[in-house]
Amino acid sequence: MATHDPNKDERTEAAKAYAPYAPPPVLAPGETLESITHRITSIVLRRDTPNGWILGFLLSAGVMGLMLLSIVWLLYWGVGTWGNNMPVAWAFDIINFVWWIGIGHAGTLISAILLLFRQQWRTSINRFAEAMTLFAVACAGLFPALHTGRPWFDYFLLPYPNTMRLWPNFRSPLDWDVFAVSTYASVSLMFWYIGLIPDLATLRDRVVNPVARRIYAFFALGWRGSARHWHRYEKAYLILAGLSTPLVLSVHTTVSFDFATGQLPGWHATIFPLYFVAGAIFAGFAMVLTIMIPVRAIYGLHALMTERHLQNMAKVMLVSGLVVAYGYFCELFYAWYSASHYEKFMMVNRTLGPYWWSYWALILTNILIPQLLWSKKVRSNVFWLFFVSMSINIGMWLERFVIIVVSLHRDFLPSSWAFYTPTKWDFGLFIGTMGQFMFFTFLFIRMLPMMSIFEIRTLTPEAQVKEHHH
Amino acid sequence: MSHGNAIQETGMFGLLAEFSSAQALVDAAEAARKAGYSRMDGYSPFPIPAMDHALGIRNTRLPWLIFAAGVTGCLAGFGMQYFASVIHYPLNVGGRPANSWPMFIPITFEMTILFAAVTAVFGMLIINGFPKHYHPVFNVSSFARATSDGFFLAIESSDPKFHEEETRAFLNSLSPVEVSDIAR
Repeated sequence: MATHDPNKDERTEAAKAYAPYAPPPVLAPGETLESITHRITSIVLRRDTPNGWILGFLLSAGVMGLMLLSIVWLLYWGVGTWGNNMPVAWAFDIINFVWWIGIGHAGTLISAILLLFRQQWRTSINRFAEAMTLFAVACAGLFPALHTGRPWFDYFLLPYPNTMRLWPNFRSPLDWDVFAVSTYASVSLMFWYIGLIPDLATLRDRVVNPVARRIYAFFALGWRGSARHWHRYEKAYLILAGLSTPLVLSVHTTVSFDFATGQLPGWHATIFPLYFVAGAIFAGFAMVLTIMIPVRAIYGLHALMTERHLQNMAKVMLVSGLVVAYGYFCELFYAWYSASHYEKFMMVNRTLGPYWWSYWALILTNILIPQLLWSKKVRSNVFWLFFVSMSINIGMWLERFVIIVVSLHRDFLPSSWAFYTPTKWDFGLFIGTMGQFMFFTFLFIRMLPMMSIFEIRTLTPEAQVKEHHH
Repeated sequence: MSHGNAIQETGMFGLLAEFSSAQALVDAAEAARKAGYSRMDGYSPFPIPAMDHALGIRNTRLPWLIFAAGVTGCLAGFGMQYFASVIHYPLNVGGRPANSWPMFIPITFEMTILFAAVTAVFGMLIINGFPKHYHPVFNVSSFARATSDGFFLAIESSDPKFHEEETRAFLNSLSPVEVSDIAR
């Protein structure tokens, strides 16, 4: 019987010669099946909870309390507590909806699209990014649901047999949004959960606490790593990735239709689907880095999340950022080339009008600062990367502010022009959802393996099996 | 009475051999299949594609199921919108056609994905027999390593070729870490 020596260097001569120029490894050398399992599960299975975690958790719970307070206040008084009014009927609620849902897109991109492209570096970050998708979609869904004014009637959005004999308007992009976002949330949740099943079984077999063992065992569904199960599991996972890929592209395309099908100057542009999807990837990767950089440092996960991961994410941000910049350029071009008086005025108003600062802050944070990523020094320095990611987080919010508020506040009729100012409850709800996002993120870090253990195992030399061909 | 039935009465599910590496497990499964065993399964902490061939696992029919569900979702999604807009509640908006099908594509697409994805997940779980919180292999205490760094091959007593002593000797010849009885 052939024995396999994992320490033997089996690379070809050419591969050895090029080794110094090869990218850094996706897994630090010397990691074994046991060391990987221990590294990831020990974060969850340690008996004492670190003080930093408790502090962060309580802080985010407090901010989430602000969200709940803002919701209660809104339900009591109505949408009038927000700054929305004619002509700016869409404001913070839609800005924040689009901002959050865009952030969520990186999770699906990393877990599905990079899986189809066989990018091995995705394995250490996909679980975290998928969790981020779920929490971001939970924050996003809140805004349009509350914006309906009477959220207890939100089920009217769904097609169901009713005594009023009414249907939702299937020709409206707002209804497409209902289907796109709810499908996206369901598929993301299922994708995340089936990815977790083998790791939940690992926790079940290692946890000491009997109550925790029962909970992990319940959700592990009795997973035992059978070869027949793995066969169907891998097939289902791959097909799910294939289904999620067009899905994630369709979700932000549909979100962009909310604007692009309107006739308002600044919304009515065919470039919208492309640059919304690119912007979602841009924003999502920025948020993954914003959270993963501190988590990696705090939990010492450098062996599993190497410099290669940071570099690659920075490159994806750079490319998607350039597509976004192309979108901004196209808007300028359309305004000139359309020869439409209103389109031209929209662009002048956007760059030089009362909200001029938001446009130029957007250009600075979303286009100019991300150009730092061309430098390898910036890409391999966590402080600079964190700075650029924060800049993009702010920039992508400003982008939606510019598109929504600045386009709406001066439309066709000068008599209906007005200025928009958010109220403290607008800010309360927005900041509150960040608390909710962090609240779930803290719980996730403490209770579930934040990296996909079984997928990282396949990166070890031990997992490389030679097949028999007969 | 055949020997196989006698083992059934003693309540043994089969024999479990532990191996030290994924390669050893694949080699052992290959050897067992060549020796004529068919009712057996491998257990590993990560998917090993080579096991499919070694155990003689045939391709799952799951993809066809998912495809059928996707087609169903597509027809159901379009059909719902067509029924609502053309048959049940036609609404004339500026003389536009009731069956304005291009407007129905986004929801049709989302329903296709939703039906297919739900089938992929629940189809996989149901065909795999989940949830199933009890299985005889869990009775072997070292089996807990199957979810971290243990590689196991179980030959079940229902296999026509199973013979307690001969199968044990066969498994021992594959240089395992240990061979244990699986209580039912």
